[in-house]
Amino acid sequence: MSGATKTHPELSETFNQDEARVDWHDETLWWIRQKRDKSAGSIPEWETLREKASQIKDHVLSELAGYLVSFEENAKANGIIVHWAADALEHNQIVHSILEKHGISQMVKSKSMLTEECHLNEYLEQKGIGVIDSDLGERIVQLAKEPPSHIVLPCIHKKKEEIGDLFHLHLGVPAGTSDPQILTEAARQHLRETFLTRKAALTGVNFAIAETGEFVVCTNEGNADMGAHLADVHIACMGIEKIIPKRKHLGVFLRLLARSATGQPVTTYSSHFKKPRKGQEMHIVLVDNGRTVQMGREDFRASLKCIRCGACMNTCPVYRRSGGHSYHYAISGPIGAILAPNLDREKYADLPFASTLCGSCSNVCPVKIDIHQQLYKWRQVIVKEGYAASSKKLSMKLMTFTLSSPGVYRTAGKAGRWVLKHIPFAVNNQFNPWYKQREMPAVPKESFGEWYKKENQ
Amino acid sequence: MKKVGLFIPCYVDQFYPGAGIATYQLLKKLGLDVTYPTGQTCCGQPMANSGFEHLTQGCNQLFVDNFAEFDYIVSPSGSCVLHIKEHLHTTHSENQAAEIRTKVYELVEFLVDIVKVKNLKARFPHKVGLHQSCHGQRGLYLSQMSELVAPGFSKPLQLLSQVEGLELITLKRGDECCGFGGTFCVVEEAVSVKMGKDRVKDHLVNGAEYITGADMSCLMHMEGILKRENSQVKVLHIAEILNAE
Amino acid sequence: MSRDQILAALRQNQPEPVPLPLAIPTDREEVVDLVTKFKTVAEGIGSTIYLPDNLQEIQTTITSIFSKEKRILTTVPELVSPDIPLFQLNEDPHTYADVDVAIFNSSLGVAENSALWLTEDQMGIRVLPFITQHIVILIKISGLVADMHTAYQKIGTADYGFGTFIAGPSKTADIEQSLVLGAHGPRSMTIFMYV
Repeated sequence: MSGATKTHPELSETFNQDEARVDWHDETLWWIRQKRDKSAGSIPEWETLREKASQIKDHVLSELAGYLVSFEENAKANGIIVHWAADALEHNQIVHSILEKHGISQMVKSKSMLTEECHLNEYLEQKGIGVIDSDLGERIVQLAKEPPSHIVLPCIHKKKEEIGDLFHLHLGVPAGTSDPQILTEAARQHLRETFLTRKAALTGVNFAIAETGEFVVCTNEGNADMGAHLADVHIACMGIEKIIPKRKHLGVFLRLLARSATGQPVTTYSSHFKKPRKGQEMHIVLVDNGRTVQMGREDFRASLKCIRCGACMNTCPVYRRSGGHSYHYAISGPIGAILAPNLDREKYADLPFASTLCGSCSNVCPVKIDIHQQLYKWRQVIVKEGYAASSKKLSMKLMTFTLSSPGVYRTAGKAGRWVLKHIPFAVNNQFNPWYKQREMPAVPKESFGEWYKKENQ
Repeated sequence: MKKVGLFIPCYVDQFYPGAGIATYQLLKKLGLDVTYPTGQTCCGQPMANSGFEHLTQGCNQLFVDNFAEFDYIVSPSGSCVLHIKEHLHTTHSENQAAEIRTKVYELVEFLVDIVKVKNLKARFPHKVGLHQSCHGQRGLYLSQMSELVAPGFSKPLQLLSQVEGLELITLKRGDECCGFGGTFCVVEEAVSVKMGKDRVKDHLVNGAEYITGADMSCLMHMEGILKRENSQVKVLHIAEILNAE
Repeated sequence: MSRDQILAALRQNQPEPVPLPLAIPTDREEVVDLVTKFKTVAEGIGSTIYLPDNLQEIQTTITSIFSKEKRILTTVPELVSPDIPLFQLNEDPHTYADVDVAIFNSSLGVAENSALWLTEDQMGIRVLPFITQHIVILIKISGLVADMHTAYQKIGTADYGFGTFIAGPSKTADIEQSLVLGAHGPRSMTIFMYV
């Protein structure tokens, strides 16, 4: 993403210029939401499971330091090398130093939103190290030189014809190919070659277990395993919030994760990495990058419970109609909008406002994060810290003045007059965004207050 | 007799007095002691949702001054009621504010849970689509939410089913947001309008003559789109249907 | 040092301790017929299920389904036949790149999602269940459990270097949500459930 980012409203407006495409995007994601509903509905104890997961995560957050220490101790005992990174840069440096030590200039990487957050690929490229993303969707956006638009479905914004064009250009499939079966097969062949020739593989981490020092990686494609089991060096990168206390807690989280994400009963692979294989080097990088700060914000701490299922994106009526790139942050959608301001309030000041606060996100969240409540709270913080547009500030002050005083409110004029003047969505002129595609409400001959006065004379 | 304070949100007062009048008449018809405190203005939500909650002190104090004396506060807007329930705080009268937060009701929940209306005398022989406004539904639990694995219920339907001649249409997406969202409707104009158009379309293709709901703000947004599309379909607040004879 | 900084920051910012709940919900649905449940879910996600009467039937079925495949190997000694050689360990995982069919024995299957648990010692070598073009797994019906909670109760604190739950052939729906089997791992999964 370039530095001079456009805001969510601007990017959404561009996205909405092709209405048929918005409909397609919306319907595709809504279909996934429906699959999620069906899958969740087949588990009578679904709501109890969500509550369990939420409580387990609350517990972990309250004792995270202790759990990280036991995880480290157990992982080390298992023969895993453990690193700690304070921020994105240190994370990238650690990964680079491991590769450098082994003289490796090519790496294969399975899905890791953390490395997106840290912009690892760009960093390594500058150091002359080539990274190939092995998740099909990630490979597609990588070829398109775009960031993922969704944490689980990285190229959900792309049409198969566009993917065909990319594969024609980069993988040599015949021009005009758009059959997903054929395109997937082409990627399979191309990436199999990659897996077989890379000496280092990087994976993300879905869960890390304090009790045993093992970590779990979930994929459908098998790409994390293909990379890790063929490489001499396996580097697993995780945010420090990925810890769970015991192995048995996976029972709760694995039941929720895939069902929430795609409606599948479980991902195809739930791989538990406990020790390096003979002759292999296994590293774990534990990354903070703002998480300890978020931990200190009582109102926003719960965002660290996120297990990255993407359900809040699929259900979000705004996300479905604005696309993941409109959030201009590695993690899009409602959860991204509460994570991003932690890192940069100014740059992401628009994101908490990219919501109607409808609350659907909080209802699908498998760990019951109060996402829409946090969006509301971030708005207060952003305004107080001075990141609201100054025009907005003035109109809000005027509105407050009038609404705080019944006298001013009444004498502001006849019915409708005051509102037309001050309520921001009701200013009737050509610059009024309400009026652009909507008619104004008709102004009645009297207000309710005026009617009531006559009625009760 | 318990005293009911009628809270008419600012935009209903100014633009949709019909929804306010229907609410008042309906409560009167049910034999309640209803008063409209004339010093009221607004719940403060437009500011708070925009991040200016810290500017709502004056508004909040005014609300407390106007409504503290009532046993129940009833309003034809789920959104404004939810805002009061979640965010009404004052420096000088926090005890009263706390009490108000527990005795403020959206009209539908008041009719179903408190008045326990079983037999409405209403007639509205039309095809009607019900819009589930998010704050009423997900905030005040007026009906079950499609995201949850839990038994279904719907307070608005409990009331609408008592209306003679009313034919309720089925929507493809029963509880998707319409995109109004307070200042979202202008700040995020493109997405807001697209959401509204999609919601309206769901009602139109399923044959609605009227779109109703418990929040006039969502209806105002959808009405704006309907009118721009020169549609003959009308919006009506649920109070106006429950009060129709 | 970042480690100490992170831990210190957490200790300062962590909330008051919150108790850890019981890991298993008490209102779980009782699955009466584990075999039917497992089979229905497995077939729903693209696996093929057989309920053979004996080992020989498994052998002949494998030989007939995979008659066109070149490199077949089994990590289950009982299944060895002239057509199905026993897995031989070569520590270089790349030497398995041309395996067409690999056969494994699982001792734990989960009815709610049809996932089968394999540990490193059952895999021969870690890469094998992933690199093979087709995967075959045997599971005794007595190894089936209702859900993931029970599965982890069975796994307990067992030691392993690597373990994985496998549910169906490898798959992707990244292109316009069209489901394609055979992403990077096996193109098919065949499960034999026996008494």
